[in-house]
Amino acid sequence: MLGQLDAVTLARAQFAFTVSFHFIFPAFSIGIASYLMVLEALWLKTGQGVYANLYRYWLKIFAVAFGMGVVSGLVMSYQFGTNWSVFSTKAGPVIGPLMAYEVLTAFFLEAGFLGVMLFGMSKVGKELHFFATCMVALGTLISATWIIAVNSWMQTPAGFALNAKGQFVPAGSWWPIIFTASFPFRLVHTVIAAYLTTAFVVGGVGAWHLLKDRANPGARKMFSMAMWMAAIVAPIQIFVGDAHGLNTLEHQPAKVLAMEGDYQPSPDGAPLILFGLPSNEEARVRYEVSIPHLGSLILKHDPFAPLPGLTDFPRDQWPPAHIVFWSFRVMVGLGFAMLGIGLWSLLARYRGKLYEWSWLHRASVAMGPAGFVAVLAGWVTTEVGRQPFTVYGLLRTAESHSPLAAPAVAASLLAFVLVYFSAFGAGTYYLLRLMSKPPERGESEPPGVPQRAAGITPASGVAASPAVKG
Amino acid sequence: MLMAGMDLTIVWAAIIGFAIMAYVVMDGFDLGIGILFPTFAVGDERDQAMNSIAPVWDGNETWLVMGGGGLFAAFPLAYSIVLPATYPLMIAMLLGLVFRGVAFEFRWREPSHRQLWDIAFSLGSFVAALAQGITLGAILQGIHVENDAYAGGWLDWLSPFSLLTGVSVVVGYALLGATWLIWKTEGSSQRHARKMALRLGVATLLALAAVSAATPFLSYDYWRRWFAMPGVVLTAQVPLLVIICSATFFWALRREFERVPFLMALALFLLGFVGLGISIYPYMVPRAVTIWEAAAPPESQSFMLAGALVIIPLILAYTGWAYWVFRGKAGIHGYH
Repeated sequence: MLGQLDAVTLARAQFAFTVSFHFIFPAFSIGIASYLMVLEALWLKTGQGVYANLYRYWLKIFAVAFGMGVVSGLVMSYQFGTNWSVFSTKAGPVIGPLMAYEVLTAFFLEAGFLGVMLFGMSKVGKELHFFATCMVALGTLISATWIIAVNSWMQTPAGFALNAKGQFVPAGSWWPIIFTASFPFRLVHTVIAAYLTTAFVVGGVGAWHLLKDRANPGARKMFSMAMWMAAIVAPIQIFVGDAHGLNTLEHQPAKVLAMEGDYQPSPDGAPLILFGLPSNEEARVRYEVSIPHLGSLILKHDPFAPLPGLTDFPRDQWPPAHIVFWSFRVMVGLGFAMLGIGLWSLLARYRGKLYEWSWLHRASVAMGPAGFVAVLAGWVTTEVGRQPFTVYGLLRTAESHSPLAAPAVAASLLAFVLVYFSAFGAGTYYLLRLMSKPPERGESEPPGVPQRAAGITPASGVAASPAVKG
Repeated sequence: MLMAGMDLTIVWAAIIGFAIMAYVVMDGFDLGIGILFPTFAVGDERDQAMNSIAPVWDGNETWLVMGGGGLFAAFPLAYSIVLPATYPLMIAMLLGLVFRGVAFEFRWREPSHRQLWDIAFSLGSFVAALAQGITLGAILQGIHVENDAYAGGWLDWLSPFSLLTGVSVVVGYALLGATWLIWKTEGSSQRHARKMALRLGVATLLALAAVSAATPFLSYDYWRRWFAMPGVVLTAQVPLLVIICSATFFWALRREFERVPFLMALALFLLGFVGLGISIYPYMVPRAVTIWEAAAPPESQSFMLAGALVIIPLILAYTGWAYWVFRGKAGIHGYH
């Protein structure tokens, strides 16, 4: 079977595999870092022990998830060179500096303050500890900003010139390189997605424990907070997603047409294809179920607005429609399901039954992992939709890879699959076990608290503990 | 403009060199602790060793991302030649780092799994160190480049010399780990670390001597760089300083000093690093691509430089603060 796969396909499979695995962790740690910041702020402000307990409860989970994010992210920073060396040579002068800034402004910030955040409460006191939490949360957001800037440049490249070696080089100002046409939409959509993902994890965990013990104060608090997020942020996300789609239609029309399955142009308004099996070979959607004019209404906000079709574009510029068509539907479907949960929780809250309606809790448990699925589906949509290019319209994926033999890439892909499933599989098991424990009054410290010799613990550390017990 | 570009390139070469050195200084000892881990007794000794690096390992490893990311940004050509040329090594290093990185948290999660994650921690550290060392040898012995791209096979890096550098780095990191533990632990852990440091000190010096003796025979360029007059007056200072540092190291070890052995081990690494710089400069890929040929355009380098000059001192400041917060001996109290 391997004989039929070439080095490019294998390299793509490897990148898709490693980046998908990696993306799961930041999608969670961006949200959870901000959540921890909010919890600690509320604890400092109100002095209520329930916030401190929840902080410690989620900190342990954060530590495990963050560790996996770090090591899987380290792999990504070398994937560009190992498997996509031609892309790296050509695009390096433009996107390399952005990634270097990500390391300088985000990774060091996160890593530098993470130790204090995890292990330092008894050493630095409450205020400095809160500062460390804020720095870690800020680091995750800065990191997202830079890497989305890089990705957006690959999708909607601007501000570059081509030099004699065929490299993309900055044409002058860095402003147009960083703030490309799709950047603001992609950034907002992605960060909100991370927040929603976290809200549904927290909500699912809270609901799980409410089903067992409705009186648990920690479970009630986290469920309530998560449902506020769902109710407020899910509609915002749908609105932002719509704007992002319109932006994509403007700058990458073939991607949107593949997402919609629109092969033929629709001069009188495009239908919305609900289901079907798109086939690039036959240039049509098989078993199509569609609603007339709804496609144009969504994409143009006018039911009779004309839309082009994929057949208006050269055949060698079509993304694989059968993938993006479905990944897009998975993402959107889950987005609306999240909205549904949010509205349901508002109704429950209004009736004063937020902690009583067990079907809402069951549904929230079921939706716990929904954010991860939606984030990955969205990522697949935008990245597969970028094909067959690495730098959209300018550099083909088939011309971007390293001069490596297929067996080398296949062997390393196999190694990644084995290692990731064993290491991150175990990690997921530990995460689920941590989540299955109910939040209790005295959450223990995170693992491996390094302590100084007895007698020299600073007084500030001692002062921190009574509030926790309260 | 050309002049400015050349200067920037040297500045960036220095920054990348600094990042790599910072990585070796900081991650070297925590990889070394991983390498030495099986020699420590299960229980307090291992927990203490782990606790001494748990709050800082993540920051340490970020310098590796900085080295890779900085190379990508400032010298994209070198990045895209060296990585495919050492492909299996890079993959092995990354996978090793995955295993050891997750072990920090995982080993505390389930006591019955702890032994498994301790093995993962140790094996991952060993593989990562070995791969880094072999990569160093592969770069020194030369990489086959045609038309600005790697043109060799996927096992070109394998040679007796690269295996020698691989083992040397493993031994050297283990020395850093042992001397770090002399500083950060007490009791039986410290006694054990002292014993290991003595043996590893001897082994590191032998390795350093072997690599130094073999390098000039790889290429006449290296030979001339080290032994031709008048340069030899300067280059001879390196082995002289190595002798002074080694003597101080053994003296401090015997006197049971707690910090000096670690500092001297670092000094040995620094001197080895300077030696490598003397051999390689001005090449990024020895005898194939100079730093100027590999450099990104001045616009890219200057854009990054503005940030780097402000941010790197800040990073060093808060990293220093984090180390200061966790100063003193590491406790045995893991957790719960």
